[in-house]
Amino acid sequence: MKVRGRVPLGPVWAVAKKDLLLEVRNREIVISLLVFSGLIFIIFNFAIELTSANRDTVGPGVLWVAVAFASVLGLNRSFIIEKDGNALDGLLLTPVGRDTILIGKTVGNFIFMAAALVILFPVFTALFDVNVLKIEVFVIALLTILGLATVGTMFAALSVNTRAREIMLPVLFLPIAVPILISAVEGTARVTEGGGWGDALQWIEILAAFDVIFIVAALLTFQFLLED
Amino acid sequence: MVGAVGPKRAVWLVITAGLVLFTMWMIFEWAPTERNLGEIQRALYIHVPLAWISMVAVFIVASASVMYLITGKRKWDSVALATAETGVLVGTLMLVTGAIWAKPIWNVWWTWDAKLTTTAILWFLYVAYLMLRAFAPPGNQAYRMAAVVAILGAIDVPLVYYAADLWRTAHPELLIGPAAESSGLSSEMSITLLVSVVAFTSLYAYMVVDRYRVRQSENELGELKRDVRNLLYRPAAEPATAATMRGAVPAASGD
Repeated sequence: MKVRGRVPLGPVWAVAKKDLLLEVRNREIVISLLVFSGLIFIIFNFAIELTSANRDTVGPGVLWVAVAFASVLGLNRSFIIEKDGNALDGLLLTPVGRDTILIGKTVGNFIFMAAALVILFPVFTALFDVNVLKIEVFVIALLTILGLATVGTMFAALSVNTRAREIMLPVLFLPIAVPILISAVEGTARVTEGGGWGDALQWIEILAAFDVIFIVAALLTFQFLLED
Repeated sequence: MVGAVGPKRAVWLVITAGLVLFTMWMIFEWAPTERNLGEIQRALYIHVPLAWISMVAVFIVASASVMYLITGKRKWDSVALATAETGVLVGTLMLVTGAIWAKPIWNVWWTWDAKLTTTAILWFLYVAYLMLRAFAPPGNQAYRMAAVVAILGAIDVPLVYYAADLWRTAHPELLIGPAAESSGLSSEMSITLLVSVVAFTSLYAYMVVDRYRVRQSENELGELKRDVRNLLYRPAAEPATAATMRGAVPAASGD
């Protein structure tokens, strides 16, 4: 396993910018993330009785399950658009490393998830009367989607070349993302239950540690993931 | 079957079979009945070796995958595949024996404590690993993908355990973990457990080696088929008639 000494930031940003430009023009990914998460909120509303007694504890679980499932759709989409029309081949022909392309895609996916959360958080707060519009939760959210985007981009790149790719992505991605999701749910719950920085900090540190581990793992393995 | 294996492995097979039978005798006849837990405690002698093997399997799959990514040698991929496939079988048996043991003692088949949560996630990961191998496009790319997943899986295991452990300690009222397991074992019990671990590890190793050899034969067969196909297709580069081409294709693809 040879690790390239440095990853050029220019090409990384170029890949991310391409994805963002595409998204600004057709808004496919962010809209799908939003609609799908919204539907999961609605379904959870029937599945779990959220009362004033339990909503601060159970609510964060609903929020992050919705984000996790919706992100599967978005991640899949971000590579299927490359596969359609063989755009991926074009991307691979560019004179940059595979890791550069995938880091660019990760940045793009991170920004899509962040954009979706900006709308999702107020909607969630309004629907369930659980206030997640707090600075502690924003920090948790940023760390969570950073982890999800890193792991998710890895597995989306990997599963786009398989048969049954829409099955392979969640089946690989969700078990690996479990530690991130546990930390996100618990950290958010500490805050919604009325805690402050002190209560959330333990989980924020853990999330940051998980992110570092996954980012290092991703940087080491990205070069093996795309088709020759 | 035995005819197909060499004399060394035949001896190994016979010794392992004898050892497993002897272990069964030890478990059900020789080892004393545990005072508090009763007969069901004998599940320990099967459950613990299976759990031990599962952990070793995760380690071997990840190490073999790292070796594959470094060297690119097919045999490392075969080691990973053989260990993972048999590992999923052992992991399933571990979960089942654990549930059988848990029901009379904890009064539930399953509890979400850190060890069980981690094991469940691990099991799903390795099932996903095998699914990926089945669904991946043919060729080296598939082996590389599988290796990456195996390595990430091994990295993920301690993280899941750590997170699940913290998550559970946050809810002390649910703390009914396998902490009771560590109650003292008598010397007969310890010896039985030790012999059982040796017997099951030997059996598992035999299965892995067997699967590995089958895998290597599959790879060899694949290469032979490819050679035959290349041999038969080569005239196509020169001016060949459509009739000879059509004749050649079924001969190449037929097994």
